Amino acid sequence: MPRFQGVDYYNLNELLGQEEKLARDAVRAFVEENVLPIIEKHYRAGTFPMDLVPKMAELGLFGPTLPAKYGCAEMNNVSYGLLMQELERGDSGVRSFASVQSGLVMYPIYAFGSEEHKERWLPLLASGKAVGCFGLTEPDYGSNPGGMITRAERKDGGFVLNGAKMWITNGTLADVAVVWAKLDGEIRGFLVEKGSKGFTAPEMHGKHSLRASVTSELVFQDCWIPESNLLPTSGGLKSPLMCLSQARYGIAWGAVGSAMACYDAALNYAKSRIQFGKPIAAFQLTQEKLVHMLSEITKAQLMCLQLGRLKDQNKAKFTQISLAKRNNVYHALEIARMAREILGANGILDEYPVMRHANNLESVKTYEGTHEMHTLIVGEDITGIAAFE
Amino acid sequence: MKLIVCINHVPDTTAKINIGNDAKSIDRTGVTYIINPYDEFAVEECLRWKEKHSGEVVAVSLGGDTHKETLRKALAMGADKAVLLKDDAPRDSYSVARALADFIKKQSPDAVFFGKQSIDSDDAAVGLMVAEMLGWPSASVAVKIELTGDHATATCEIEGGHETIALKLPAVFTAQKGLNEPRYPSLKGIMTSKNKPIEEESPAPPQNKSEVVAMKRPAAKNAGKIVGTDVSAVPELVRLLHEEAKVI
Repeated sequence: MPRFQGVDYYNLNELLGQEEKLARDAVRAFVEENVLPIIEKHYRAGTFPMDLVPKMAELGLFGPTLPAKYGCAEMNNVSYGLLMQELERGDSGVRSFASVQSGLVMYPIYAFGSEEHKERWLPLLASGKAVGCFGLTEPDYGSNPGGMITRAERKDGGFVLNGAKMWITNGTLADVAVVWAKLDGEIRGFLVEKGSKGFTAPEMHGKHSLRASVTSELVFQDCWIPESNLLPTSGGLKSPLMCLSQARYGIAWGAVGSAMACYDAALNYAKSRIQFGKPIAAFQLTQEKLVHMLSEITKAQLMCLQLGRLKDQNKAKFTQISLAKRNNVYHALEIARMAREILGANGILDEYPVMRHANNLESVKTYEGTHEMHTLIVGEDITGIAAFE
Repeated sequence: MKLIVCINHVPDTTAKINIGNDAKSIDRTGVTYIINPYDEFAVEECLRWKEKHSGEVVAVSLGGDTHKETLRKALAMGADKAVLLKDDAPRDSYSVARALADFIKKQSPDAVFFGKQSIDSDDAAVGLMVAEMLGWPSASVAVKIELTGDHATATCEIEGGHETIALKLPAVFTAQKGLNEPRYPSLKGIMTSKNKPIEEESPAPPQNKSEVVAMKRPAAKNAGKIVGTDVSAVPELVRLLHEEAKVI
């Protein structure tokens, strides 16, 4: 297989700055050499490749947009997006690991934490010496997180947590969990460290998707944490939703990476697979699929790039992030399925990345705000009428 | 110690190369350029020497403004400073070597590193020409270099084996694959490199000693012939290899 050259039909490369290109190319090479050779093995075994963590940290993939004083690269949001795109070209589980660590753990500590929280945790998380997770979703409260049952009560100069979280990426691996719970009726963020009494994080098994990623439950039974573990400036549902905006932004880019991987595999396969004496790429039905894929990838790339530029100017609205997450994941999944069709029976084998991406994207379409919820978020924005309240 | 690494900006190994309208140069339209892959080993070696013995790494490239992209990558990997010897003319190995040698002489470094060859014209000449012009010892196609004081021991690939060369600094080394594992530019390195200077100098290379008269693609290969698919085809295959292809 020739080295991956990216998919760039509209020379969008010309719209990128020097550091954006260097960052993308460094991660592209990293994925080619470190992720692709081992990912199928981990996907089969249902394990996350933990030995990638120090290498990802050395590259600077955890919290890359946060300030240099915490050990981070202080890059812009377009660079961050490109990193997520390249990581997901490898695997959605690997991108999810970096997304969660960066957008859902380091970001809330940075945005809502005390200076002590930042100084203690951000360098540890940036260097991969600590892993974090984010607990918002509950077994009975997914799209409607405001209804959460998990409660915090003041006791003995600290808080007692009771409740359960579900679908938590990295939960079992995490040294620190950013947990959202109601304190006196208001949603607040708490840091819960691994080993806290009354806190367990069993891994969830039986996934047909995101198999190279650890998904867990977080269970709190009279789990006492000190007063200082409250994220002081967190308050209301808006706080976790701000974190989700960070992560969804990365997902919008990540989906493009999956789509590029599937398109690339389908194009190469179509050109080399001979049926009826000619490559299947010569058939009109195949060409139509390939062109559709390329067309959706190009549109998604343009959407991401402008969204990133807006975000860099602090002008991106969360509804715009919703539209990009919704569109790009939807089409990435469509592209993965089309690629599987082009590869025929070979498409189901793990010799090719296509079925893995297709399966991963089934989760991505639902997590971090379902496709349907993002539709209704944008729907509310343009009509002024909320369909879900 | 002061280390200079000479790097080139070349078409990507996977780029499709077309010949330009003048039939003497390649058509650069749509071609992605990268740091010459062998030069990455040279940059990495300099960085390791610097990390071990302290000092400064200067990356230099001769060419047009686009070479700054490759210099920027060397800075992102960890080089301290970069110099563009700005020159837009087509150059042969001799005039490039002369311009680099003049620059290196002024800098008086402890060692100079090149990739063993540049993958654009594949002459594998510039590094050694520079060593000759400077009157310095050289070790080419190096896969291992050890430094003790101002003496280096280099293991170099030769036809069918390796040879070990002892040489005294200042010296010139050309790097082969296997010398080390080049690092990825880290995101922090990329951001820090924005504050590192790329200085521009105007070199005065001499006239080329050779010129490209014509460039053409190799003749297209004919489709292969399938003689058979099992062991019964072997005698016929042997006969064709012997009588038609005349390779055995």
